[in-house]
Amino acid sequence: MKYTEEHEWLRPEDDVIVVGITEHAAEQLGDIVFVELPEVGTEVTKDDEVVVIESVKAASDILAPIDGEIVEVNEALVDNPGMVNDDPTGDAWFFKIKPSDASQMDDYMSEEEYNDLIS
Amino acid sequence: MADALKKTPLHALHQELGARMVPFAGYEMPVQFALGVMKEHLHTRTAAGLFDVSHMGQVILRGDSYEAVALAVESLVPVDVAGLGLGRQRYGFFTAPDGGLLDDLMLANRGDHLFMVVNAACKAADIANMTANLPGVTVSEVTDRALLALQGPAAGEVLEGFAPATATMRFMDVITTDLLGVPCWISRSGYTGEDGFEISVPAEKAEVLARALLDDERVESIGLGARDSLRLEAGLCLYGHDIDTTTSPVEAGLNWAIQKVRRTGGARAGGFPGADRILAELAEGPSRLRVGLLPEGRAPMREGTPLFAAAEGGEGLGTVTSGAFGPTLGAPMSMGYVPRALAAPGTELSGEVRGKRLPARVAALPFVPANFKR
Repeated sequence: MKYTEEHEWLRPEDDVIVVGITEHAAEQLGDIVFVELPEVGTEVTKDDEVVVIESVKAASDILAPIDGEIVEVNEALVDNPGMVNDDPTGDAWFFKIKPSDASQMDDYMSEEEYNDLIS
Repeated sequence: MADALKKTPLHALHQELGARMVPFAGYEMPVQFALGVMKEHLHTRTAAGLFDVSHMGQVILRGDSYEAVALAVESLVPVDVAGLGLGRQRYGFFTAPDGGLLDDLMLANRGDHLFMVVNAACKAADIANMTANLPGVTVSEVTDRALLALQGPAAGEVLEGFAPATATMRFMDVITTDLLGVPCWISRSGYTGEDGFEISVPAEKAEVLARALLDDERVESIGLGARDSLRLEAGLCLYGHDIDTTTSPVEAGLNWAIQKVRRTGGARAGGFPGADRILAELAEGPSRLRVGLLPEGRAPMREGTPLFAAAEGGEGLGTVTSGAFGPTLGAPMSMGYVPRALAAPGTELSGEVRGKRLPARVAALPFVPANFKR
């Protein structure tokens, strides 16, 4: 598992990367009330805004952590955005991306480094 | 350099309870507690919530008699202040010469004086306005008392346990009674659409009282986040957002607060700043109106969202002035201003969110029915 400074977690699963937000991020955002997901098949570039989430406080974006193609999205979040608060690192993943350059993953933090960042 | 933020008498308790504190109107205030905004909101609607609203201005006005003070206040406030019964409270607002709103407030007939609660951000200007314009009236801010709100369907039973005298209070009654042996000024009113009370308590006793109320398992501490979503579901205006110096009370749909006696043909018609415009708008209708809006789908249309008549093209009609997700409503909700011709409930409009026009329907207010003790 890798982590970004944008408080995303990245979990390799076969040849794709599963992306979600960390518990720390979910807690800071507060209760999530709205999630807008990208379309499957979208080609994205690192730092593209791919997901919009709104909490009771404000709207935020989730950025594409790497270049690649969105191959699956978690439709369950659309009807039940509160899942992001309940299980941010498990059931509430946002999308799966097929990397076009897997080496971009090397730039990201380990769990230990991420924990240092937020402590 | 910015002034240091002020603290309310409950500041230490908020911190102890794990509140997330934010700057608000010059005060450091709790935006949420451990429950989080959504659960705090739902708890208030199903049991009872305790809010610290000590940042608000508590003001006492004295003169020769209540009536003399009330008649003077009517020169700044277009409501029937003099006709307010003893021990009764009423909503009102200060108007400007152009008919805009300077602040909204609660006022109460306390027998030998008039008691007023005004918004934190406006209190200095309100007091200056009254001090300059109310001859024969002494205006004093109450700075040694905290203000707590206990709101929700269980609020009545909870407070009755502390003070039996509160049991017979009706919506908008005001009394003085002891809570834990301390004289408190209590009104049966609030800002959530629920039954409940606002309690003015001596500052040094505020924490003891708050802890005692929170010891009741029906009561939870509630922050400003849930206070905002509760008042929006209840269709209530937030000064500085839904109403301000650019909105008239008639545009804001606050006609109900301007009693007949202050309208054209009434015994004390007019005589307040902006009367020409406000009385004309009451007679002829304003050009625009504050409305409720229900966006289709789940995307909230927040403050500043531009509104349009159609899904494509056309000029902007106005903007959303408050918007959030309604935890009890289970859907997003907004308020905003639109031309009068488009203000009827059911009218289909569009709001532009992140560059996309999304459908929204004009809806009657409140979004969630009020639950007052009449």
